[in-house]
Amino acid sequence: MTRSKQVLILTALVGMMVAVAGAADPKTVKMEGSTTVGPIADAYTEVFKRMYPNVTITVNKTGSGNGAAAIVDSRCDIANMSRFMKIQEFKDAVAKGVMPVAHAIAMDGVCVIVHPSNPVSVLKTEQARNIYTGKITNWKELGGADRKIVVVSRDTSSGTYETFEKLVMAKQKMAAGVQYVASNPEAHATVKSTVGAVAYIGLGFVDKDVKALKIDGVMPSRKTIAKGEYPVSRPLFMFTNGYPKLGSIVHALVTFHLTPKGQDIIDAKGFVPVTDY
Amino acid sequence: MAAATDFDRPLLLTPGQDMLGWITLRVGLTLLQFVALTCVLSVLFIFIFIVKEALPFFTSGQVGEMFSSAEWYPTSDPAAFGVWAMILGSVYVTVGAMVIAVPLGLLAAVFLSDIVPFGIRQVVKPVIELLAAIPSVAYGFFAVLVFAPWLQDNLGVDSGKNILNCSIILAVMAVPTIVSISEDALSAAGRDLREGAYALGATRAEALCMVVIPAAGGGILSGVILGMMRAIGETMLVWMASGNANQIPHPWYDITQSVRTMTATIAGEMGETAKNTTHYHALFAIGLVLLAITFGLNLTSEALMTRGRGRPGTARRKA
Repeated sequence: MTRSKQVLILTALVGMMVAVAGAADPKTVKMEGSTTVGPIADAYTEVFKRMYPNVTITVNKTGSGNGAAAIVDSRCDIANMSRFMKIQEFKDAVAKGVMPVAHAIAMDGVCVIVHPSNPVSVLKTEQARNIYTGKITNWKELGGADRKIVVVSRDTSSGTYETFEKLVMAKQKMAAGVQYVASNPEAHATVKSTVGAVAYIGLGFVDKDVKALKIDGVMPSRKTIAKGEYPVSRPLFMFTNGYPKLGSIVHALVTFHLTPKGQDIIDAKGFVPVTDY
Repeated sequence: MAAATDFDRPLLLTPGQDMLGWITLRVGLTLLQFVALTCVLSVLFIFIFIVKEALPFFTSGQVGEMFSSAEWYPTSDPAAFGVWAMILGSVYVTVGAMVIAVPLGLLAAVFLSDIVPFGIRQVVKPVIELLAAIPSVAYGFFAVLVFAPWLQDNLGVDSGKNILNCSIILAVMAVPTIVSISEDALSAAGRDLREGAYALGATRAEALCMVVIPAAGGGILSGVILGMMRAIGETMLVWMASGNANQIPHPWYDITQSVRTMTATIAGEMGETAKNTTHYHALFAIGLVLLAITFGLNLTSEALMTRGRGRPGTARRKA
């Protein structure tokens, strides 16, 4: 009698522990990966904290490669990536029974900007590259005034630098004389106050104080970036293992860019929503 | 009445009071020793931490290029970790700042200690020292938003973020340190020394140049070195105002070019660098180089300070 009672209590306890563990599990969502997507994920987290107060979302910004490795090893629920998965990463994932599904959440477009008084308004990608490698050093070589080009770049650890380096530099190194600034607003301020300067910033930071250049004949705008016509743009991804269970937190996160709030966040971080009609 | 009670107190302490006094003494001493030890240990731990994090870079085989190359492409493939241009960049802005700050600071110190009426000195010196209390990011804003465009418009330089801009602003930041310490040293040289010089027929200029300033030389030099350390260790201002171009100015005297300093590189890249990568360890190696330089400067300053303290004292004893 007492023995069966003990067994009963023990079973109940174990049952409760399993229930608690089971309930606790989906309450933490781990996101890992790109430092470019990281700020968007951080802003999502802020909003989700208010909508789902008992859910913890962690965002690790370790780079796209680490994000891919984490989703392959099932160490995270969402991998933030500023590039698509490589074939080898995909193969590793399938071998471990993980089926990566890509969710394109935003477009990242980088605008090349100059001082408003600069007559140059069109560049080819190759010309932009030559400016940054130091092959072109004077605006007159590009049809502008006889003035030295002050080349301004973002710091090498920023996502904007990463995008520009990948899409414009084509594995070539930037010249030693290139100046570095720490943020989009600082790049903007430098170009605004320096007549001979050229810099690159996210579309969200372009205003009437600086002039965005056409690249390969395409003017950067929400439309040309969202459609993929502007050459210095790329999609940003969140990868999940299979399509997330409908109605789950993970599902809400990877579809949040479709909501007005999500689009506001993407806009505010200087990216372009994919839903630009 | 109160006095009477004081006299009534027994001279001998009770064993309880005796014990209490002993415990208070011990506890107090231990506490003070602990506080002092914490300060010393934190310096030691910072040093150990930096060495520990920098060590993997020194054993990585890329250490050779650190001092021989000016190529810093930490995120490229293959990565390059040459810091030569940054060391020179730090030297450029520091030397530039000293060229401006030392004459300015020294003249201001002489003026305050020997020429201006004491009442005015009492007002002016704290005001100069107040300059040291302005946060460097505020100087940085001024350098970027006001001074850089001014340089472009008035000197016709291509970019206002350059060595000249950094040096001038750094000089303003280093002047309070130099003035304050030099003025202390000059005042400490003593009235008798000056009166002795006058008695020998020296003019005020001769007394100042040939007696007072040499006597306070050690103190002045240590003030200069402390100001130099302020300049070489400054991070926020140079990160904002130097332009951060990782190049060696060519020709070497062209101070309207941009450079990058060691401190700015560490501040700008540490936050986003993945931990335990070669890049991460390389940044600590730069930190170690910087630490070695400031440590050397600090030791020199200490040595000069002790010499400086001795000199006027001996002069006085002789007098």
